[in-house]
Amino acid sequence: MFTLPSLTVEAGAHVASGAKLSAPIRRPVEPVGKAFMHHAQRTLRNHTWSEFEKLEAERNVKNVEENNVDPDELLFDTDLADPSLLTHDPRDWKTADLYAAMGLSKLRYRANDTQVIKAHRKQVLKYHPDKTSAEGGSLDQDGIFKIIQKAFETLTDSTKRAQYDSCDFQADVLPPKKSGDYDFYEAWGPVFVSEARFSKKSPVPTLGDAKSSKKEVEEFYAFWHRFDSWRSFEFLDEDVPDDSSNRDHKRYIEKKNTAARNKKKTADNARLVKLVERAMNEDPRIKMFKEEEKKEKARKKWEREAGARAEAEVKAKAEADAKAKAEEEAKNAADAKASKKKSKEAAKAAKKKNKRAIRNAAKEADYFGDIDKAAAIDEQIALIVDSLDDDQLVEVADKIKTDAKTALQTIAKTLTDSNKLPASVLSYFL
Amino acid sequence: MSSPVIGISFGNTSSSIAYINPKNDVDVIANPDGERSIPSVLSYVGEDEYHGGQAVQQLVRNPKNTIINFRDFIGLPFSECDATKCANSAPIIDIDGKAGFAITRGEGVEEKITVDEVVSRHLNRLKLAAEDYIGTKISQAVLTIPTNFTGEQKSALIASAAKVGLKIVQFVNEPSAALLAHLEAFPNEKDANYVVADFGGVRSDAAVIAVRNGVFTILATAHNTALGGDNLDDALIEYFAKDFQKKTQSNPRKNARSMAKLRVNSITTKKTLSNATSGTISIDSLADGFDYHTSINRMRFELTANKVFGQFSAFIELVISKANLDLLDIDAVLLTGGVAFTPKLSSNLEFLFPESVEILSAQNKNSSSNPNELSSSGAALQARLISAYDDDELAEALQPVVVNTQHTSKPIGFADSEGNFHPVLLAESSFPVQKKVTLKSAQGNLLLSIYEGEHKIVEKTIESEAKEADDEDSEEYSDDEPEVVREKIYSLGAKLMDLGIKDVKGGLEIAFNLNKDGKLRVTARDLKSTNVVKGEL
Ligand SMILES: Nc1ncnc2c1ncn2[C@@H]1O[C@H](COP(=O)(O)OP(=O)(O)OP(=O)(O)O)[C@@H](O)[C@H]1O
Ligand SMILES: [Mg+2]
Repeated sequence: MFTLPSLTVEAGAHVASGAKLSAPIRRPVEPVGKAFMHHAQRTLRNHTWSEFEKLEAERNVKNVEENNVDPDELLFDTDLADPSLLTHDPRDWKTADLYAAMGLSKLRYRANDTQVIKAHRKQVLKYHPDKTSAEGGSLDQDGIFKIIQKAFETLTDSTKRAQYDSCDFQADVLPPKKSGDYDFYEAWGPVFVSEARFSKKSPVPTLGDAKSSKKEVEEFYAFWHRFDSWRSFEFLDEDVPDDSSNRDHKRYIEKKNTAARNKKKTADNARLVKLVERAMNEDPRIKMFKEEEKKEKARKKWEREAGARAEAEVKAKAEADAKAKAEEEAKNAADAKASKKKSKEAAKAAKKKNKRAIRNAAKEADYFGDIDKAAAIDEQIALIVDSLDDDQLVEVADKIKTDAKTALQTIAKTLTDSNKLPASVLSYFL
Repeated sequence: MSSPVIGISFGNTSSSIAYINPKNDVDVIANPDGERSIPSVLSYVGEDEYHGGQAVQQLVRNPKNTIINFRDFIGLPFSECDATKCANSAPIIDIDGKAGFAITRGEGVEEKITVDEVVSRHLNRLKLAAEDYIGTKISQAVLTIPTNFTGEQKSALIASAAKVGLKIVQFVNEPSAALLAHLEAFPNEKDANYVVADFGGVRSDAAVIAVRNGVFTILATAHNTALGGDNLDDALIEYFAKDFQKKTQSNPRKNARSMAKLRVNSITTKKTLSNATSGTISIDSLADGFDYHTSINRMRFELTANKVFGQFSAFIELVISKANLDLLDIDAVLLTGGVAFTPKLSSNLEFLFPESVEILSAQNKNSSSNPNELSSSGAALQARLISAYDDDELAEALQPVVVNTQHTSKPIGFADSEGNFHPVLLAESSFPVQKKVTLKSAQGNLLLSIYEGEHKIVEKTIESEAKEADDEDSEEYSDDEPEVVREKIYSLGAKLMDLGIKDVKGGLEIAFNLNKDGKLRVTARDLKSTNVVKGEL
């Protein structure tokens, strides 16, 4: 460590007379990385360093504050998730994405009543006809407002909402593609979470992970095999009888609707059964439990043979002793290795030095008078050096001190004789 | 989730795509065939278009309809394109003054495709692979380019990408992208000079980059379009051809198809030899019905390609001399590109450079083991960074007034009691800049003299170090010849100012601050009391 000299001038700053920094050089910096963006901000805003640091700190504080808004608000869409709603015919509101209209496309069936009300208020402020026409919007934009109102009506009535949620296929999470390469838990977990929304019973067990116990896994599949779903399909009815139709016609339509609903319900149940079946077949835990069961059986069988067991114990002890001994030996060996490492490093340095000495031998001997062949000589020496084993390296490095050329010729011959190098590449020395 | 901006590295030989995954890590994307290094090759068979490794397969059977090595042709006049790069594949033709290719499709119909179109199709395949992997539409990318790409080449790239719905939000120089990715994975707070050396298939590029406070400045670049991994392939092919001819009396060089087979297999063998010390090559019916099976060890390969390896080292020396620097001024050499897998490349550099220089290769545990993914990873990191800014902010930051910055030409620092110079702001620091040093044990009445520094390289002769030979091994290696060691030494240059600080209680913090206009301010602050002395130049 160094120290500063002691004071020989007055305290305070003394600029050396005529002192000037050497002229700077203007060059482009690379516009990459965070450091560059900071550099850009400092340069553009002409900030001093401390101003910049202060601003950065303030910015960080602001980020924290900005996050301090109503947590519900953060879950709502900032923009209309489905722009086609702007031109959607309000008479066809049933085919519109009602959650998107409400700004709830991310929450969907998870939105609670308060969230529905808050979201509605927000959308009304944004899409009220008074507002949109004041902003120069055309009258057509009434359409989305009407859809928003329909959505509010549907989502705040528990029966209607259940019917709508039943047919909200946007909220479905599809099982992974069969051919795909996926992580079982990552791919299937969300599928069961989304299916769980139709359960009459709660709580619904979740898929869990590789560490789930056998009991949990068994209960999980038992639950899903007996899954009781409230999903229904009235929302998809093709014809809705209105009050003016006569009674017979009404009954006819109702019958047709019921048949269609039942058909869809049956199909949906079948779909779920298949889905659960497939998940179970793919579940790595089930496979593991089967393996374990097999092993457990084998173990029991083995236990029944008590004599064999005693014998095994003796054997196990012997093995453990042997292992302990081996570990002890390994440790000793490691210690020895560590102490040897230092010497090895020294040896490595020496090796490097020897290599360098051989490489430079020709140059120092003025290329044995063949300066015109310098390049070829250097290349051939490099080949020789690369082919030497440790002993040869020492020997040659020693010999070149007395007569470089003879030493190199001798070793060239040795290398070609032992087929380490083809004679053609060492023409100069042979 | 909004769709991520991806990073693309597009080489003549291979391309790589990366993005920042939801866990906030860099993910290099594999195409549907599982390739992370995706060959930049398109091949046409009947109505079908093959891409990547599948297209490479066609180089033996269907070379005339297989397009390779096209990246560098984009935006260049035909007369400036090197046709020899396509000698063993679809030949390059002149389409209205631009490079292009003539391909036979379907029922013998000839189709002429400009290089711009080839690039569009290639980028589209990369985009599709990314969409398939990430699961969202991709519309924006950061693309890496060599440092010598012209404005015309960049415009042509933008247009080709736009044609397939890909907006290039920023170009990043390949060496800077690689260094960015390296420093993200292996952070280094210290200022340092790096050589980034990129050895690809058909070209080699190098840059000396000064990193000061995390800001990169390129001090020099070098390019060689006649040097690359293909030269290693050529050496190996010639070795095998000779061997085959000796064994069978049949000459494979006479037949293009034999050579194509030999090339494909030699490349595989070469890659094997990066990981294993020996490899095999095995080709059925290589020429005149003779099969060829043989093995080769790494040493033999290195001997065979010795000249090419020498050229790689010389190329790195060249870029350092172009920057007017000495090997000792370099802190680390970062090797990138496919050739960086080859162990001989880095072992040669370890020999060439003094011990103080770190060689960051695939073999070094302090650097990536996939040097061919550094460039795309860096592009992805840059993509993440700029996603946080809107277009205007980004455009503003990229203005020449921001990018073209003043840099110090000499180091600035202070003198200690022995008259030694301690640099604080190194040469090539971009303004504005601030650096602080803390002298924890400083006490009493002290003189802080601020200087510019000079540096020179001295040669020191070290007497034999046999004294420390405490084991029998090294004794036999030791000799009495002195060793010459070169060293970089600082000395005091022009004096700038003196700061006298009285009665320092315990510890001193010295801040060097150089503002945008080059005004230097040095502040010394007593860490225990509130005593501050400030000097301004
Ligand atoms: N594991 C490996 N071992 C040795 N060489 C390899 C390995 N992997 C790739 N290469 C070689 O690296 C070269 C390709 O490098 P890279 O993919 O960086 O090129 P590129 O950037 O696409 O091309 P260019 O820089 O010429 O435009 C080829 O010569 C290839 O054979
Ligand atoms: Mg490259």
